[in-house]
This record gives sequence, structure tokens and C-alpha cells, in this order.
Amino acid sequence: MNALTGLTLKAALEGLRSRRFSAEEITRAHLDAIESARALNAFVLETPDKALDMARASDARIAAGDAGALEGAPIGVKDLFCTRGVRSTAASRVLGNFIPPYESTVTANLWRDGAVMLGKLNMDEFAMGSSNETSAFGPVINPWRSAGSNQQLTPGGSSGGSAAAVAADLVLGATATDTGGSIRQPASLTGTVGIKPTYGRCSRWGVVAFASSLDQAGPIARTVEDAAILLRSMSGHDEKDSTSLPNEVPDFQSFVGRSPKGLRIGVPKEYRVDGMPPEIESLWAQGVAWLKDAGCEVVEVSLPHTRYALPAYYIIAPAEASSNLARYDGMRYGLRVDAPTLNEVYESTRAAGFGDEVKRRILIGTYVLSAGYYDAYYLKAQKVRRRIADDFDQAFGSVDALLTPTAPSAAFGLGENSSDPVAMYLNDIFTVTVNLAGLPALSLPGGVDAKGLPLGLQLIGRALDEGTLFTLAGALEQAADFKARPARWW
Amino acid sequence: MTIDAATVRKVAKLAHIRESDDRLAPLAAELSSIMQWIEQLNEVDTAGVDPMASAVAVSLPLREDVVTAGGDSGPVLANAPGARGGFFVVPKVVE
Repeated sequence: MNALTGLTLKAALEGLRSRRFSAEEITRAHLDAIESARALNAFVLETPDKALDMARASDARIAAGDAGALEGAPIGVKDLFCTRGVRSTAASRVLGNFIPPYESTVTANLWRDGAVMLGKLNMDEFAMGSSNETSAFGPVINPWRSAGSNQQLTPGGSSGGSAAAVAADLVLGATATDTGGSIRQPASLTGTVGIKPTYGRCSRWGVVAFASSLDQAGPIARTVEDAAILLRSMSGHDEKDSTSLPNEVPDFQSFVGRSPKGLRIGVPKEYRVDGMPPEIESLWAQGVAWLKDAGCEVVEVSLPHTRYALPAYYIIAPAEASSNLARYDGMRYGLRVDAPTLNEVYESTRAAGFGDEVKRRILIGTYVLSAGYYDAYYLKAQKVRRRIADDFDQAFGSVDALLTPTAPSAAFGLGENSSDPVAMYLNDIFTVTVNLAGLPALSLPGGVDAKGLPLGLQLIGRALDEGTLFTLAGALEQAADFKARPARWW
Repeated sequence: MTIDAATVRKVAKLAHIRESDDRLAPLAAELSSIMQWIEQLNEVDTAGVDPMASAVAVSLPLREDVVTAGGDSGPVLANAPGARGGFFVVPKVVE
């Protein structure tokens, strides 16, 4: 391995600023790592020429004393973000060879600050999945393996390419998105840090839409501080997204390393679910002990409607998706399958372009919105959503943040859950609640299970209070001292 | 709620997705099992609860009703499966 690819983003930025190495050198090191890691299938498109052009421009700005906050740092971009002149597919056949003539606001913010794009990262099709197996490009393989096993494991989903690329040192950090857990669950399954910020922190403009009232961008990185650095660049008001928040973006990095002494932490009793592996239960207890040691007060709280979050999500998200994905009709961009009549073109194009899980969700969404069912399903789910948000409001009346596990299991084998949609949906049992409520939540690695696979802890905060999450995550990161790395097999 | 093959056919038509006849029964079984799992929402008392459509309580901003972008048919048409003379080319819709 090259010494320039194992660095944290923070260390890399320091090395670049002090000119110990150039942006071109660190970019080449990452391009080499990506080339030798194709077995992971983390990238759907490598952009080496663009990366080197951007790196040389960064070197010129560094030489001119004009470096941005991320100047020269090579990162990866989930293929859900539209990138000007670079194929963007959402890992779907229906987008075909779509080349956006515009740049998403989040990636534009990153390039404004000097980041370098290495390529586009694999994901579940339209971000619908928890194992990356719905990608039209085939699944990403988790760099982690169980001790003594060659079985291929999932990196989680939908941001599986982002998480795997960060875990395997192919990128210094990556953009990701989270509609029901798609940043945090893969972060948990790959020993990385991921944060879904408050809904509205990051602009959704130029991000391929799945469920607009739930979708939110965020970073996956190797450390809490790296995630804070990336999130600051990605965030900010954007008049092109009417749900983008006008609030000022804090210096998230400045919250890492502060003492969490005196903060009150809630442990929601409803997250103690049947069949939870004992290792996850004990990691959760260990997290509580770490926070107590750091001077936090930990109390049990109740979020009584927790178990209804997933079924409510599986009405709301497919309903919004069925509406958002109506645009893929073969007329203006992407795939078109020719047929004698207009309706047959629509139907054939969408049949050929969408994968099974995407079709399943469009059908559910169309069904729950159809005449006669709207009140019974969609309106009911929106009312349950309010109940879930009210639960959090109640809890945050007495605590500053919540601590839970991120996912109900460690990384599982490819193919293990793919035959039963509901079993796959249960991966998001601990993560989906905050999407419905619009709250920020962060996952960080807390330890490994008996097979040596990483397990994540999740912190949930008040709306717009990512700062407290970064303080608590910094304290947990220090206490956990998570040093495990995937043994290189690729 | 059990979804039968005829309902799947109707919903697929509404969603503009072609499904072959031999896929209707398996899809009906899959969708039924998902909808049966969703039925547990009926246990929640939602009397008098306002439906929540947005994750943040902000009123949508309005802007001046003026043209902010446009006259850019080149990039708009660049990805079209069919385009001619500044227009999208689509299958004939009137006989």
C-alpha cells in the first residue's frame, strides 16, 4: 500500500497545505489504489483524467496561496449526484448513458472548496436497497471478511460503494445519501463514520430524487473529524432547493474534541428488539459506559411508536418514489425502448429500465396512492409519521441526544437476505425513524463482533444540532479506539 | 389487504410498467406480504393527528415570477433519445 492512501482527510489536508506532497501525487496514489481494487466493484465510473486535471489546478491554487478548505483532497461521489459532463446513472439502466449538463449543488460546493473527484461510486438502484444488490452494475463487495472465511459480504446500502471505498482506502472521503439509513447502515457495516444531517442542511438540487421528503445527503469518512470537515463543505442554503434551510452552517470540526461533560443522553428502550445479537447489545452497553466515563448523564427514554416507523416508511417512501420516478418515460433522456404506440414505449422502457426492487416500490407507491386507498394508507402513514416525530420532541425535552445501535446485524453474505423483501427492509429498523422526523444522526464504529466484523453505534440529535453529535462522537471515538482494518484480499 | 393478480395488472398499467402475465401472480404474492406487514399501522391511534408531509416546519419560500433561466435547448436536448430542430422527437400520439 502507498503511504498517501492510508491518511485521514485531516492529515492529508495538512500534508497538502505544508506541501509535503502535491495534490497530483496523492491523487495518483488513490487512482492506483482504485485500479488495483476493481474486485470490490466500488466504482461505476473512474475519472482519472478529470481527477488529474483537478489535482493540477489544486496544486496551482496551493502554490498561489489560494487553497480552499478541501484543496487537493481526492474523494469519491455516489452516482446519485449529477456531475456535469460525467455520466450519472443512479445505478439504473433507465438512465443509460445520461450525462448531466449541470452539477449538483453538493458536489459544486465540494469542488468550490478544492476537492478532487476520483470517480462515481456504486450504489443500490435509485438508492433503494440495503445491500447494494439492486445495482445495475452488480453489488459492491465489502472489503471486510469474517475471520477465516472467503465469503463475500455486503457493504450495506444504498451507499455501499461510498462506504467500501472509504474502508478500503480508495478515497479520503465520499459523498453519500440517506433516505432510510443509506449512509449510516453501510458506515456501520464497513467500520466507517457517516452522518445524515438535519433534513435541509444539504441541498437536494441535482441529486437524483428517491423520496423527496426523506432524502438527505451527507459524507462517509474514516474519522469523526473528517466527516465534520466534509459536511461543512457540503452544507448550505441553496435557492434551487425550496426545502434547503437558510440557517448558517457551523464549523462542525470545532465541535470535535470538546468535552461532552454534563450532556444528558437518552437510551430508547424500544430499540432493544427481539433477536438482537448479544454482541450488539453489549456494544450498546459499552457505549453507555463510555459516555458515562466522559461525564454524561445517561437515562432511559421511551419512543413508543418506534416499531411503526418502518411500515410507515414503506408507504411514504414508495409513494414519493412512484411520483418522482414517473419522469423516466424514455422521452427526454436515458433509455428508450421503441414500440408502436406512445404508451407501449413508456411501458416497455420502464419494464426494461427498472430493476425488480425499484418496480416493486413503484407498484406499492402507485397502489397506496390509487383511488380508494389514499386515506387508508398514505394519509394514515403521514399521521403515524407525526406520532414518531412527536416521540422525538418529547424525548428531546429531557435529553440532548440519543444513543442506539446503528444496524441490527454486522455485514451479511451477498444473497442472504435478497429473497425476502421485508427481511431486507428490517436492516433499517434503527435508522429510518430519524428520516421520518428530519433529525440528524451519525454512525461510528464501536467495536467488532466475534468474527472480527465492525459494528456501529448511532447518535441521534435535535434538529440543527449536529454540533452536539460531533462532540459526543468524538468522545466515543476516542474511548472506542477502533483500530481494526480489513485485511487486504483484493 | 391481499392484492390479487388483477390488481397488480391495474396498478402496473397505472405505473406504466409492462408486466408479463406469468409475473402477475408472483408479484401479487410479494406485494400482499409487504402490505400485510404494513397493516400493523392500524394499531396506532391517529385520531386528531395532523398528517406530516414535510420533515421541517418551514413555509415554502416564494420568488418573483420572472424568467431565471431558459433559452438553453442545446443542453436540454443533449441527452434526448430523439431530437430534431430544437425539439424532442416522440412517438406519434394522434392518429
